[in-house]
Amino acid sequence: MAGEKGILIGGELPSSGGQPGITLELLGIGRKLADQLQEELSVLLVGDGVAEAEGQDLIAHGADKVYIVNNPALASYHPDTFAAATEQVLRDLKPSIFLMGRSEIGQDVAPMVGFRLKTGVAMDCLDLQIDPASKKLVMIRPVYGGNARAHFVCADGSTQIATVRPKTQDPAGRQEGRQGTVEARSVNLDASVKRSEWLEYQKWETGGGVMLGNAEIVVSGGRGIGSDTEYKAVIEKTAELLGGAAGASKACCDAGYAPPGNQVGLTGQRVSPKLYIAVAISGASQHIAGMGTSKNVVAINRDPDANIFQVSRYGIVADYRQVMPAFMAKCRELVGK
Amino acid sequence: MPLHLICCAKQVPDPETPSASFRIDPTAKKVIPAPGIAPVISPFDEQAIEVALRIKDKQPDTKVTVISMGGASARDVVKHGLAMGADEGVLLEDPSFESVDAYQTAYVLSMAVKKLGAFDAIFCGRQAADFDQGQVAIGLAELLGVPALINGRSAELVNGNRVRFERVFPDGIGVFEANMPVLTSFSQEVGQPRYPTLRNIMAASRKETTTWHPADLSIDAAEFTPKTRLMDLYVPVYEGKCEIIEGETPAEAGEKLALKLREARII
Repeated sequence: MAGEKGILIGGELPSSGGQPGITLELLGIGRKLADQLQEELSVLLVGDGVAEAEGQDLIAHGADKVYIVNNPALASYHPDTFAAATEQVLRDLKPSIFLMGRSEIGQDVAPMVGFRLKTGVAMDCLDLQIDPASKKLVMIRPVYGGNARAHFVCADGSTQIATVRPKTQDPAGRQEGRQGTVEARSVNLDASVKRSEWLEYQKWETGGGVMLGNAEIVVSGGRGIGSDTEYKAVIEKTAELLGGAAGASKACCDAGYAPPGNQVGLTGQRVSPKLYIAVAISGASQHIAGMGTSKNVVAINRDPDANIFQVSRYGIVADYRQVMPAFMAKCRELVGK
Repeated sequence: MPLHLICCAKQVPDPETPSASFRIDPTAKKVIPAPGIAPVISPFDEQAIEVALRIKDKQPDTKVTVISMGGASARDVVKHGLAMGADEGVLLEDPSFESVDAYQTAYVLSMAVKKLGAFDAIFCGRQAADFDQGQVAIGLAELLGVPALINGRSAELVNGNRVRFERVFPDGIGVFEANMPVLTSFSQEVGQPRYPTLRNIMAASRKETTTWHPADLSIDAAEFTPKTRLMDLYVPVYEGKCEIIEGETPAEAGEKLALKLREARII
C-alpha cells in the first residue's frame, strides 16, 4: 500500500435516492474490518442539506468520522455527479478500503471511481475479510451464477473498492455516547460533469405491494405453478398476507404466469430476504443465483430430489395445490389477517 | 452519415448448465467445461445486440459491428452476432485475453473501439454470466470518455444525435437522454433476442470476421495489468440440512410449516 489508510463507507441517504438500510449494514461489516486493522472507520454522505445530526447518528452506529458533502448538484441522485464527488473525496482522503452497497448507486459509482483511480473493484460481495498475513481486503463474491464463490484481492498500491450485496450483513446497532467527529467537505462540480439528463421516473404499479428487492419475505413460484390464475391466487396472495413480495423463477416468467419484473435469479433480481418460500421451484442454478443468500428458505415441491431442498431449511414434498391452502389459512390465523 | 453501433459480447459457459455438471479445478482456479455443453454468448450481451438491431430495423443503413474478446472459440460469439443480423465482426484473440479482469477487458475493448474509428453508440450486457461483475461497460465508457447509461431495457434515437434510454430500477423505470457517442448496457427486460434465421446464418457464413491480436491493438503492457487477483475459486457447500415437514396429509404439513415459521419468529 502506498500510505492509504482507513476504511471509508459510501453511505446512502433515502433523501437523495439511496437505498434505506445499506449504510448501517456497511457500518456493521466495516466496524469489524476496522477493528481488525486497527484503523479508522469513516462514512461519506453526499447530498444537499444533509444535517450534522445524520452524521452523529452514524457515529452512534459505529463510525469514527463522518464526512458530509453538501452541494446543490447532489440534491438528487445522478451517476455522474455522485461519482465525481466521490472520486474527489477519495483522491483527498486516500482510504485503504472504500465500501459501498451493491445498490443502484453502487452499481454506477463503484466502477466509475475504480476506473478513474485505476484500482480494483469487486462487486456484489457476500463477505469481506482481512487476510491476516498481507492485511489486504479479501472480497468474497458469488460467480458463475452462484455456482461458485471467488475470493479476490486488489493489486498493490491503491484504494481497495468493494460493493456489498444488500441484506447480507448484520446492521450496526446503536450505542449511545459513542464519540466521533462530523466534518463538512466541499467538492467542485461544474455543469460539464453531468453528461446525461435524467428526464423522468416511472414507478412500477405494485398495487401497494412490497418491492421485491427490499422485501423481508419473498414468496416465489416456479413453472410448476401451472397458470397465471394460480400464480395470482397462491403466490401473490401468500406474499400479500405475509406482508412480503411475490417472486418467480425464470421458467415461470417465460411461461407467462408471472410478470417479468418478478423474476428472481441470475437474469433477474437478487434477493436476500429473511424468509424465501419457493413454491414448485426445482432450484436450477439460474434461480439459486438470485436467492441463495436468503436467511431461511422453505421449499414446497413434488420432487423429493429437487435441487431447491439442498439450500432449504424446511421442506414439504407434495403438490403445492394440496399444501398451500392450509398453509395460507394457518398463516392468516397466525398473523391475524 | 449512417450510424455505427458497436456491440461487445462475451463467450461464457452455458449459465443453464445444471449445478450437478458444474465442476471447478481449484488449483487452476478455473471452471472445467461440462462435457457436451457448448459455451454460449452471455445472455445480456445477446440482448444488447438485439437493441442495436432494433435501431437498425428502423434505420437500415446503420452499421452494427460485433466485437468479442477471448480465445479462438470466441469466434462463435462473433458469428452468432452476425447471424442475428450484425454487419461486421471483430475477434480480439489471444491466449492472454482468456483470463483477464474487468480493467484489462475494458482496456483491450477500448483499444479495439479506437481502432474501429468513429462510432455513435456501444451496446453491452449489464454483466457477464460468468463473473457477474457488471464493471466492463462502465469501465469502457470511462476509458473512452463517453457517458454510460446502464441496466437498460430499451434505447432509441431522438433528434438524430441523442439516445433516449430506459433504465430498469428495482421499483420503476428511469428515462435518460444523452448525446452520442454514448455507451449503453442492457438487462433481461429487453425481452427475447431475435433468433438467427436460416437466411441470416447463411449470410453470416459469408461475412468476414476480422481478427486482431495484441500487436494489432497497440496494447501497452503497463496498462494491461490486472487490478484484482483471483485467490480462490470453489463450489460453496450448503449445509444441506433441510428439515422435511411431514403430516398425515399435505394440508397438515402446510399447517405445521406455518406453525414452525411462527415458532422460529420468521413470520
